[in-house]
Amino acid sequence: MAKQSEAQVVLRLDRITKTFGALVANDAVSLDLHKGEVIALLGENGAGKTTLMNILFGHYTADTGSVEVFGQELPPGNPRAALAAGVGMVHQHFTLADNMTVLENIVLGTQPLWRLGFDRSAARARIIKLSGDFGLTVHPDARVGALSVGERQRVEILKALYRDARILILDEPTAVLTPQETDDLFATMRKAVDLGLSVVFISHKLHEVMAISSRVLVLRHGRLVAEVLTEGTDRHVLATLMVGEEVTPPKVADSTAGPALMRLQNVSTADQGSAPGLKSLSLDLRAGQIIGLAGVSGNGQSALADMIGGLTTPLSGTIALENSEPVNWTPRAAVSAGIARIPEDRHKTGTIADFDLTENAILENYSEAPYSRKGWMNWQKAEDFSKHIIDTYDVRCPGPQTRIRLLSGGNMQKLILGRVLEQSPSIILANQPVRGLDIGAVSYVHSRLLDARAGGAAVLLISEDLEEIMALSDVIHVISEGRLSPGFPRGSKTAAELGVWMAGHGFDEEATNAA
Amino acid sequence: MEILDILISASFWTAAIRIASPLIFATMGELICERAGVLNLGIEGIMVVGAFAGWMTVYSGYGLWTGVGVAMLSGMLFGLMHGILTVPFGLSQHVVGLGITLLATSLTYFSYRLALPEVTSPPKIEAFQPLPIPILSEIPVIGPALFTQTPLTYLAFVLVLVLSLVLYRTPVGLALRAAGENPSAVDAQGLSVSGIRIGAVMVGSGLMAVGGAFLTMSAFNSFFFEMVNGRGWICIALVVFGAWKPSKALLGAILFAAFDALQIRIQQTPLGANVPYQVFLMMPYLLSILALVVMSRRAEVPAALMVAFNKGER
Amino acid sequence: MRLEPIANPTVTRTLSLPLLALTVTVFVASFLAMLAGANPFSVLGLIIDGAVGSKFAALETLNRATPLIFTGLAVAVAFRARLWNIGAEAQLYAGAVLTVLLGTGALAWPSGLLLPTIAICAMFAGALVLLLPAYLKTRFGVDEVVTTLLFNFVVLLLVSMLLEGVLKDPMGMGWPKSARLIPEARLPRIVEGLRLHWGFGLAIVSAAVVWMIQTRTTLGYEMRAVGLNQKAAQFAGIPVNTVLIKTALLSGGLAALAGFSEVAGLKGNLTLDLSPGFGYTGIIVAMLAFLNPIGVVVSALFVAGIFVGADSMSRAAGVPTYIADIMLATALLLMVLAIMLTRFRIVRE
Repeated sequence: MAKQSEAQVVLRLDRITKTFGALVANDAVSLDLHKGEVIALLGENGAGKTTLMNILFGHYTADTGSVEVFGQELPPGNPRAALAAGVGMVHQHFTLADNMTVLENIVLGTQPLWRLGFDRSAARARIIKLSGDFGLTVHPDARVGALSVGERQRVEILKALYRDARILILDEPTAVLTPQETDDLFATMRKAVDLGLSVVFISHKLHEVMAISSRVLVLRHGRLVAEVLTEGTDRHVLATLMVGEEVTPPKVADSTAGPALMRLQNVSTADQGSAPGLKSLSLDLRAGQIIGLAGVSGNGQSALADMIGGLTTPLSGTIALENSEPVNWTPRAAVSAGIARIPEDRHKTGTIADFDLTENAILENYSEAPYSRKGWMNWQKAEDFSKHIIDTYDVRCPGPQTRIRLLSGGNMQKLILGRVLEQSPSIILANQPVRGLDIGAVSYVHSRLLDARAGGAAVLLISEDLEEIMALSDVIHVISEGRLSPGFPRGSKTAAELGVWMAGHGFDEEATNAA
Repeated sequence: MEILDILISASFWTAAIRIASPLIFATMGELICERAGVLNLGIEGIMVVGAFAGWMTVYSGYGLWTGVGVAMLSGMLFGLMHGILTVPFGLSQHVVGLGITLLATSLTYFSYRLALPEVTSPPKIEAFQPLPIPILSEIPVIGPALFTQTPLTYLAFVLVLVLSLVLYRTPVGLALRAAGENPSAVDAQGLSVSGIRIGAVMVGSGLMAVGGAFLTMSAFNSFFFEMVNGRGWICIALVVFGAWKPSKALLGAILFAAFDALQIRIQQTPLGANVPYQVFLMMPYLLSILALVVMSRRAEVPAALMVAFNKGER
Repeated sequence: MRLEPIANPTVTRTLSLPLLALTVTVFVASFLAMLAGANPFSVLGLIIDGAVGSKFAALETLNRATPLIFTGLAVAVAFRARLWNIGAEAQLYAGAVLTVLLGTGALAWPSGLLLPTIAICAMFAGALVLLLPAYLKTRFGVDEVVTTLLFNFVVLLLVSMLLEGVLKDPMGMGWPKSARLIPEARLPRIVEGLRLHWGFGLAIVSAAVVWMIQTRTTLGYEMRAVGLNQKAAQFAGIPVNTVLIKTALLSGGLAALAGFSEVAGLKGNLTLDLSPGFGYTGIIVAMLAFLNPIGVVVSALFVAGIFVGADSMSRAAGVPTYIADIMLATALLLMVLAIMLTRFRIVRE
C-alpha cells in the first residue's frame, strides 16, 4: 500500500452517482488509479462496472461526482476530452467498422476531419511499431470484417495506444478469448504497465482477476463494497464479496445416460460470413444427460444451435430423432419434435419486446389448439397459460398484460423457460442460458436444467463460461472452427486442458489417430 | 439496323450524357446520405425544390451560378430538417422521407402559384449553354458527347471524382463510411455521429437539389409541375445498382440515361410508332426494378443503414 | 443530446404534445395564407366551415374520406407487418380498371350479384399488383419501398395506355376516359337524395374487419409478430415470408377497394385523374392513426376535412390549394415527432 500511494495518481473518480429512473447504477463510487498498476473492477452482471467506466469515458454523465485524469477534472459527457486526456477504452462490444481496414479504423478521428488525404505510410509505420512494442500482431491493411475476434480486440487496444493512451480500460476483455489468448492479453497488459501505463481491468472472472491485478475493487448493486490487495486475498473471499453471500456451486446428482434422443451424423452447414459452419459433426444427445459445449464464441456454436433449433438445415449429414428422420426441418418441426429452445439472445430472438407476456408465452404454440382454432385466437386460454407460467416459474411482473420489454433479464428468461418446459420437452437446447443474469436467476435456471435432466430430458448446454460448463455437464465437448472434440466425461479434463482444445489444438491429432 | 445507327451517333450520346447529369447529382447526393446510414426518401421532393429555387432565382434576374447556389441551399435546408428528425430524434426514415417529399413538393407548388398566379405556359429563362471544350470536343463521337455539354454536366462528372476521393482518401470520408457501418465506432473515437450524419444528409440533399436545378437550368429551361416525375426514386435504385460506390453509380446513371435516350429515339422510328408510347415511358421504371433485382444479392449494404444511433442506449 | 424512454408517460404529456403538433400546423397554414394575402386569423375558421359547415360540406368530407379509409387501411395493415407498401396508388388504379372492365356491360348481372363480384375481382387485381414487390422482397431481398414507388408510375402509364386503347370510351370525343358503368354496377346512395354512396359503408365495415383480423385472428397475431421483431418471429416458427405475402394480398386488396368505390360509387367511369394521390395520402392517414384500423377511420375523416376545408378556404381567400398538402405534410412530420416525445424525453449531455 505504501509503495502505491507514492506513485502518481493518474485517475481519480470521486463519489460518482448515476441513476437510470429508479435504478441506482452507481452509488457514490470513488477510486484511485496509480501510474503503472493494474486494478481490477470486479462485480456481477449489473453491478455497475460498465456504467462507471462509461461515465469516465464520457458516454454517460454522472448525476453527481467528478472524474480527474492526471489532476485535471474532465468535463462530463465528452468522450473527446477523455480521449485527449489519455484515456483509452476497449469496449465489451467492439466499436469497429467492418467495411474498413485496420489502419482506417485506428486513424479514424485522430486527425482534423477537413484535410486532403492523410499520411498512410506514417500511420502504418506507427501501428507496426506499436504492434511490436505491445505484442499485438495484426496486419494494418487487413479488412476488419475478415478478422477473428481475438484480432479485433487487438485492433481495439491499438486504437487506444495509437492515441497515446496512458490509461487503458478493458471492459470484460476475456469473454471472447481462449485461455491462451487471454494469456497473450495479460502479457500485453504487463508490457503496458512496464511502459508506465495504467490499466483498469473489468471482469467477473475471479481467477483472471487474481492473475493480473494488484488491487481489486468490488462493486455490488452499484456500490463499492470492498477494496483489497490481490496479494492478501483469495478467490473464495472475492466471490463472497462480489455476491454478498456464501456461494454454493450447484449440487449435481449422479445420473446414468439413457438412449439417444437425437443423433447428428456427419452434419455440415454453410459458413455464415466470418462465422464458421459445422464441419462434419457427429453428436448424440442422450436422455438424462447434460452435454456441455465449450468453446470461444463464434466457433460454430450458433450454427449448431440454429440447426438443432430448426432454423437451418444441414448441407450434408443427417439429423435423426429417437425414431424418425425429420423430412422438413423447420423451427416448428423442432418444437413439435419436443425440442425446448432457449435462445442465445433473449431480447432479440427469444421474445418480442413490445408484445405482452401472454403474447410472448404462446409464441411457439400460437397456431395450435387451444390457442388457435380455425384461424381464430382464444386469448382467454393464452392468458391462462401465461398466468400459469408466471405462478409456476416465479416471473416477477405486474401481470400478464405487461409488455415484456419492462421485465428484467432474469424474469424474461424465466418466461422463456416456462414457455418451453411446459411443453414437457424431451430435448433441451440451452444456448448461453444464464448470460447477463444475476446470481439468483443463474442458480434458478441451473436448477431447472438439472431437474429436467433428472426427469429424463437430454440437455445440450452451450456456454462460453468454462466454469459453468464444467460444473453442470456430464460430458463436455469442445467446438472450434465448426469441429467437435470427442466427449470428455465429467472431471476428466482440467480447464487448461480444455483450453488447448478451445484454441483449436488436438483436432488434427484426433483426425490422424482416427485414420 | 436503325438501333445500331442510333447507338453510334454522336447526338445520341450527347443526349444520354445530358439525361444522365441530373441523375448523377441526385444519385451522388443519395449515396452520401446512405453511406452515412440515412435513407433519404425526401429526394423526390428536394429535387422539385431545387428545380424551382434555381429557376426562380434566375427568373428574378440573378446569375445562373447564383441560381445553382440557391438551389443547393434550399436543398440543404430540407436536408437539415430530415437530418434533425431522423438522426438525433431517430424517427422512421421512411415516414420522414416521404413527409419531406410531400412538404417540399407542396411548398414549391404553393410558392410557384404565389409567384406566378395566372401563368398558363411557364416562362423560360436564359439557361446554361453548351460550352465546347477546345480540342477535346473534336474527338469523334466521344468529343461531342462528353465535351460539348453545359458547365453543370462537367460539374457532375467532377463531383463524382471529388466524392470518390473524399470518401476513400480523406479523414471526413472515413468518418462518413464508419458512421454508416458502425456508428459506435465513430462515437468511441470521439467524433459526433449526429454531426456527421446530419452533415451528410445536408450535403447530400444539397446535391439532390442541384440535380433538380439541372432540369430547369440546363435541360427544359422552365419550371412546370410533375417535372421531376419519379427521377428521385430512380436515383435511389441507382445507388443500390452502384453498390454504394460513386464510380459504379455513375456508370449506372449513364447506362440508364443511354437506355432512356434510346427509347426516345426508337419511339420516332417506324418500329416504335406501332407500339403505344406508354410502353416506352414505362421502360425506365421497369429497368430500375430490374436493376434492383439483379444487384440485390451482391451489394454490400452499409450495415447501419436505417439504424438510428442513440448514444449510451442501454 | 440523447433520448431516454419514459416508463409511464403522464396523460398530460400524451395529450398535449400531439395537440401542440396540430396547433403548430394551423399556425404554419395561417402564416402561409397571410403570405398569399389572406387574413391569417380567418384561416382556421374558414377551413372548419368548409369541411363541416354545411350539410353539403360534411357530405363532401365523407365522400373524400371514403377512398382514404381504404388506402389508409391498406397502408396500416402493411406497415404493421413492416411491409413498406408505398404503392397503394397503383393498387387503387388496378381496382378501378377491374371495375370498369367488368362493370361497363361485360357482365349483365343484377346489382346484388354484380357488385360483390366486381369488388372481389378488384381486390384480386390490387393484391396482384403488390404481390410482385412482396415476392421480390421475400425471394431476393429487394427493398419494397423503391419497387412499390416505381410501380405507381408503371401502373399509371398502363392505365393511360388502356384508356387510349381497349378501355377507351367510343363516345368520349377522343378524351382518354372509359365508358360509363352500367346502372347495375353503380354503388347506390346510402340515403336517397344525399350525395353519399355505399362505398363509405363498405369502408367502415372494412375497418372493422381489419380490426378483427389484427386482434382476434391467428393471422393478425402473426402479422404483428413479424412487424415487431422478424428475427424472433422466425425463431419461434412463424412462417415470415408466407405472412408477408398474405399481408401484401390483404393490403393490395384494400387499396383496390378505394378504386372500386371511387369508380362505382362516385365517378361512374375511369379517367387518369381518378385519384389525386389517395394512395400516398393513405400513408399520412395510417401514420396519424398509429396504424390502428379504427383510428384510420377517424384520421381519414380528419385528413379529408383538411382537404375539403382547405380547398374551400383557398377559394374563399385566394390562397393556392397546395396549402392542404402543406398542412398534411407538416401535421405528419410534427405528429411522428410528438408521438415519439410522448414516450421519450430528451436528455442533454
